[in-house]
Amino acid sequence: METLLQQILNGLVVGSVYALVALGYTMVYGILGLINFAHGEVLMIGALSALTTISSLIGVAPDLPPLLLLAAGLLVAIPTCMTVAFLMERLAYRRLRGAPRLAPLITAIGVSFLLQTLAMIVWGRNYHTFPQLISTTPLQPIDGVFISPVQISIILVSALLMFALVTLVNRTRLGRAMRATAENHRVASLMGVDVNRIIALTFVLGAALAAVAGVMFASNYGIAHYAMGFMPGLKAFTAAVLGGIGNLAGAMLGGIVLGLVEAVGAGYIEDFTFGFLNSSYQDIFAFVILGAVLIFRPTGLLGERVSDRA
Amino acid sequence: MNELAELVPYLGKHKPRAARALVILLALVAPLIAIMFGRTWVRVLDFALLYMMLALGLNLVVGYAGLLDLGYIAFYAVGAYTWAFLASPHFAEAFPALAAGLGAADGIHLPFWLVLPVGAALAAMAGIILGFPVLRLRGDYLAIVTLGFGEIVRIFMNNLNYPVNITNGPQGINLLDSMNLFGWDLARSIKLWGVKIDSLFFYYYFFLLCVVGSILFIQRLQISRIGRAWAAMRDDELAAKAIGINIRNMKLLAFALGATFGGVAGGLFGAFQGFVSPESFSLMESIAVLVMVVFGGMGNIAGAIAGALILTALPEILRHIALPIQQALFGQVLLDPEVLRMLLYSLAMILMMLLRPGGLIPAHARYSRPEFIAAGEARA
Repeated sequence: METLLQQILNGLVVGSVYALVALGYTMVYGILGLINFAHGEVLMIGALSALTTISSLIGVAPDLPPLLLLAAGLLVAIPTCMTVAFLMERLAYRRLRGAPRLAPLITAIGVSFLLQTLAMIVWGRNYHTFPQLISTTPLQPIDGVFISPVQISIILVSALLMFALVTLVNRTRLGRAMRATAENHRVASLMGVDVNRIIALTFVLGAALAAVAGVMFASNYGIAHYAMGFMPGLKAFTAAVLGGIGNLAGAMLGGIVLGLVEAVGAGYIEDFTFGFLNSSYQDIFAFVILGAVLIFRPTGLLGERVSDRA
Repeated sequence: MNELAELVPYLGKHKPRAARALVILLALVAPLIAIMFGRTWVRVLDFALLYMMLALGLNLVVGYAGLLDLGYIAFYAVGAYTWAFLASPHFAEAFPALAAGLGAADGIHLPFWLVLPVGAALAAMAGIILGFPVLRLRGDYLAIVTLGFGEIVRIFMNNLNYPVNITNGPQGINLLDSMNLFGWDLARSIKLWGVKIDSLFFYYYFFLLCVVGSILFIQRLQISRIGRAWAAMRDDELAAKAIGINIRNMKLLAFALGATFGGVAGGLFGAFQGFVSPESFSLMESIAVLVMVVFGGMGNIAGAIAGALILTALPEILRHIALPIQQALFGQVLLDPEVLRMLLYSLAMILMMLLRPGGLIPAHARYSRPEFIAAGEARA
């Protein structure tokens, strides 16, 4: 029982990171019908630029309070990621709107690898230790179940950000313009919406969320490196599909569900398969879920059928 | 071999026969030129030929049938691991008791001609296994699911050393048998009239033979009923269905045939390299083959060949040119060869899509060339 509770908690933590990243995928997909393959790399750039900021700050002023350091890291990471996302939309994706269907996707893969390579040049190939500024000493709310302050803050911060995003999309003028653009570019522009600006903003917003997610991800595991964005990116995409891509609530739900399935599955896979498979197969869950959802319920948990759209 | 003429930029258009002859001549003497610069360059050519086979196979799936497959390297892996399992001491090391009982105390060592078809068949089966669930998916979704498939295969390769040791995990399998054609071991250099002929040459010409065979096969396939059905399906699936093309079978056939090429190339790779490990079958490799197809020109034999040749040779050339330049300019190596290779591939992918989406040698619509139209009218 303790194991189950523990795995559910772990799943919630990882799941809320997935959910944040999934929002970026789902917003871009909703508006452009494009899988922004490079979104995971934005997360990586967020984590690494925060790392550079924090470690250089520690070098200059070693006795700053940790929370201030973290805030400074985020303050650099978020604009950096926003710039990266803005540039990739402006330089690559915008010119491919309306191109044959494989072209934008191949470009997105290229952008993803380009960002990884650039990160490899800037930050090197090695794993960096990410300073764990929020305590990782586990608390024990229930006997045998552990949760650390950093995990608690991950859950809280992502809940807060998700709430903020949903409010933005549903309640503000900008949000209305985004929804209108998602519905129909041409009609939206006839109504006076600057479609290009809205699309760029969507990318930038998603990137800001990914930057925060990257910092949280790195704080939780205590490491950062140039290829760290790939797996979370792929899983967040799975989460977006699982929830019903193009749907904000779906992305959040999908993220949490995927996190839970992964954590609980990894905890029990050895018992279920009679020791044949062990927890090193954890990454398989996401892919199997992705395949299964697309085949049996392409609409996702809450969403419209989109798998024919290409 | 008309397609080959397109490989030569100017001549190909005006004097296709001369261009074709030139390509064939170059293919035959290439290793002789390469050896003057060192043995490594012959090795690079050998790998270029393997990548050509992969690119030709992936081109069937992506270029002809229009199914973007990001897990293609998995089939290459199936071929290579089949060779590794059936032609190495691994079996005896992993299952000593069973091996001794079967009288195979030094492992299984099946002959080349037996293992290659087995590997190809297993790869084709893997292709169908992948193909069935993704029949209904199109475009970007298909791409992501195939990527997932490739990753699953890689995860299994990494972890299937426990509880039953099949792949030997991340270390991979060593000491694979070399290729043996009717008692002639390709890995052994021969001394002929006092001249030592390097084994890399034998591999080169054997691989060349395989590539030529593939080209001939694909060329016939392209203009066959199947090739035309694929083109129809790629251009408009609904319309293709409406004129009576069996989309399901055509898609499965594309996956299976593409996978077969991957499986054969994988078997050749295993025998050539002498060891296999999951590292050789990462997503980066899938992407690399895709870049070759995209860069060269999708749906086009000459494109796949040119893409594979250029993108295998260029990183090696860069390695020899860019490193000394960096050394001279900055006094240190800022961009190592692996980074240069990735940079080259990702930029090739982005810039090609933005500037020349058809690739280096764009596929032209069939029957649009005057001689085709004339032939069609004459037949009618």
